[in-house]
Amino acid sequence: MAVPIAASPPASQAPGRLDLRRLLRALLPALSLALVLLAIAWLNPRAISYFGFTLMLNLAIPIALATIAQMFVIAGNDLDLSIGAFVGFVGCVAATWLRETPLIGVLVLLGCIAVYAALGALIHLRNLPSIVVTLGMSFVWQGLAILLLPKPGGKAPDWLLAIMGVKPPFIPFPILAALVIAVVAYVGLMRTSYGTILRGSGGNAVAIGRAGWSLLKAKMALFACTGLFGVLSGLALIGITTSADANIGNGYTLLSIAGVILGGGEFVGGRVSPIGAVIGALTLALAASPLLTFMRIPPDWQVAANGAILIVVLAARVLISRKDVER
Amino acid sequence: MIVAGPKLVELDGVEKHFGAVRALDGVNLIVGQGECLGLVGHNGAGKSTLMHILTGTASPDRGRMTFAGEEQAGYSPGQAKRLGVRCVFQELSLCPNLTVAENARVFHPGLTGLNWRRTAGALIIDKLDAIFPGHGIGASDLVQDLAIGRRQMVEVARAFTVTDEPVRLIILDEPTSSLDAHSARQLLDFTRRAVAGGVSCIFISHLLGEVLDICDRIVVMRDGRTVADAEARTFDRDKLVAAMGGVDAQVREARAGTTPVRGHSPLRVRARPRRQTSTAELVAHEGEVIGLAGLAGHGQTDLLLAIYAAALGGRGNVEVTATVALVAGDRQADGIFPLWSIAENIGVRSLARLRGRLLISRRREDALANFWRGKIGIRTPDVHDNILSLSGGNQQKVLFARALGSDARIVLMDDPMRGVDVGTKLEVYGLIREEAASGRTFLWYTTEADELKHCDHVYVFRNGAIVADLTRGELTEERVIQSSFEEAS
Repeated sequence: MAVPIAASPPASQAPGRLDLRRLLRALLPALSLALVLLAIAWLNPRAISYFGFTLMLNLAIPIALATIAQMFVIAGNDLDLSIGAFVGFVGCVAATWLRETPLIGVLVLLGCIAVYAALGALIHLRNLPSIVVTLGMSFVWQGLAILLLPKPGGKAPDWLLAIMGVKPPFIPFPILAALVIAVVAYVGLMRTSYGTILRGSGGNAVAIGRAGWSLLKAKMALFACTGLFGVLSGLALIGITTSADANIGNGYTLLSIAGVILGGGEFVGGRVSPIGAVIGALTLALAASPLLTFMRIPPDWQVAANGAILIVVLAARVLISRKDVER
Repeated sequence: MIVAGPKLVELDGVEKHFGAVRALDGVNLIVGQGECLGLVGHNGAGKSTLMHILTGTASPDRGRMTFAGEEQAGYSPGQAKRLGVRCVFQELSLCPNLTVAENARVFHPGLTGLNWRRTAGALIIDKLDAIFPGHGIGASDLVQDLAIGRRQMVEVARAFTVTDEPVRLIILDEPTSSLDAHSARQLLDFTRRAVAGGVSCIFISHLLGEVLDICDRIVVMRDGRTVADAEARTFDRDKLVAAMGGVDAQVREARAGTTPVRGHSPLRVRARPRRQTSTAELVAHEGEVIGLAGLAGHGQTDLLLAIYAAALGGRGNVEVTATVALVAGDRQADGIFPLWSIAENIGVRSLARLRGRLLISRRREDALANFWRGKIGIRTPDVHDNILSLSGGNQQKVLFARALGSDARIVLMDDPMRGVDVGTKLEVYGLIREEAASGRTFLWYTTEADELKHCDHVYVFRNGAIVADLTRGELTEERVIQSSFEEAS
């Protein structure tokens, strides 16, 4: 073996540079949001106001909540393809039972969260691919929603309308709501000691199991959190639209996934960022309709243009993070 | 089997079967309190299975286990932790997406409350400071950003941290395989100190020198049984190898003398590391075995990758005049395709040659795989079995077969012998010599000083640059270590 030596091995990477790299990684989502905001400000300066933000970002609240919901399953290396249909179902429950018979409504919504936890247990115990299970569930939620509300209609409970209609001084409500959502999710997943276990189960499940933690409980907890934020997303959506439709949340599945990825998350490895996810959701919500309207793109082309913007933003993210690795 | 003093663990007739394979075939083992027990044996001898039984992640099919005088029934990982059993597994068990402090918290359920992050960080950094002074790791570093050697340091240090449960038995499974000589020494010294403080230790390593150096007693395993058990001082290297049933120890000294004159065969590689300020450069000619030495993670792998990129058409200050193949060091991450068969894993580097008309010819692929199975001794009944059915050493042989079976004239090796048993190593060394004699060039990064003896020429790296350029005649371990700590001139 080696002869003992007094000198210590040198640090091949200085810790300071490492932090800079992490900082850059964390700042990327904010950068894309800033770009979209700049574009809007340039096209229509009047949109950058209290009233403009309230209007433009109103629908961003349910999208942000759905994105956080998606983020929890992605943290455990799963994907929820049913979140859109689920948000629609919650919307239908909110516009009917929750208003007419609040007790049943609350019980049903709590039951939904329990169903999500059970899905997590099923996926873990039977070792099923989550995409298949949640794709199946999306038809179940959609079917239930249509049974409950065959035609668009219903009415949101008054307390929900009141909450979503709050006009706080100085800061537009959607921005305030986004802040609260981001902080709650950040503290819950990134700062608490159990949140560490949840993320670890996505990073190296074997290690978490060996350390004596229950992977079943972790998976159930992640799915229950998805269910909880899915319920919140459905409630927020109905609070804004005031009435429901079984298909109201259909676009949310892909939006939520794109939001997580845009926010710096990765599909595998437990690498997610709650703050990034909320910023990603805001970016998507802004890039969706306000930006396109200001660019005078006809409604026929807006969906395609929306997709194009999504590709550009995600590609920029990949390019920037690759450069960052090379450095 | 004499153990002085009280016994901590006693295994009696433990058996474990996986299908038809008898991983453990009636093992008796005693670990005394405050004793450092060495465990050696070839890959597949049953050491890892035994460790899984001790840590509760596998349960024995038959046999009894006694811990501190109490017979254990329904033994589980949780129970093992409560009793104070800690294990550093061969495959790293850190979560790459978490920070160093968070990984410490995963290990200690008691670390909760508002300040858990700071407590966990202090806990792990204190232990790192104690074991590896000058480690250069911060509590908030993400594990994915750390080099593999530093990850292993964190892993080892974490096993020694204490919160509410005591540490009574530490199992170190190949703990030095990714560490450079200096850090390995630090770990061995610390282990001795811990054992002196009353902790028991089971030390598993393929580096027999380490085992002889730090263990009180050595147990040799073969084919799922213990075949020798005696105090460490009654063993020497040759006796251990003989007990393991390995290849004749004399083979390793077979290649002595004869320094070939350089420059007579055609140039194959001329490369300068990116951070090199002096004029030193790495030169390799046809038929040479070139060693890349130095502490782990000082730019050796980077240079190999730069050479590989240059061969694929990249640019830079690298000149390559022939085809190149790479044998990866981190086999799970960069080497094998886990879903593919052995034959597919061997053939993937040679697809152009295996093609008949448009599609891959199954016949040619099998022929290639069977040829190398025979030549390099891959222990499998059928090359169509999944690659994961092989033990770690045999998987590594498949990676060698992939490179050697290809048309590459230059083979780059990125510390390929990590955690490979002595028998396999000796076989591969012989093969490398044979291939070099027939005109292949090898560039070989290794963290094991013994392997440098097989090289014609050795370059020592420090901080991403070449600091010493040693011919075969000048090569001694002291020279290499001395150069590893010199500043680049």
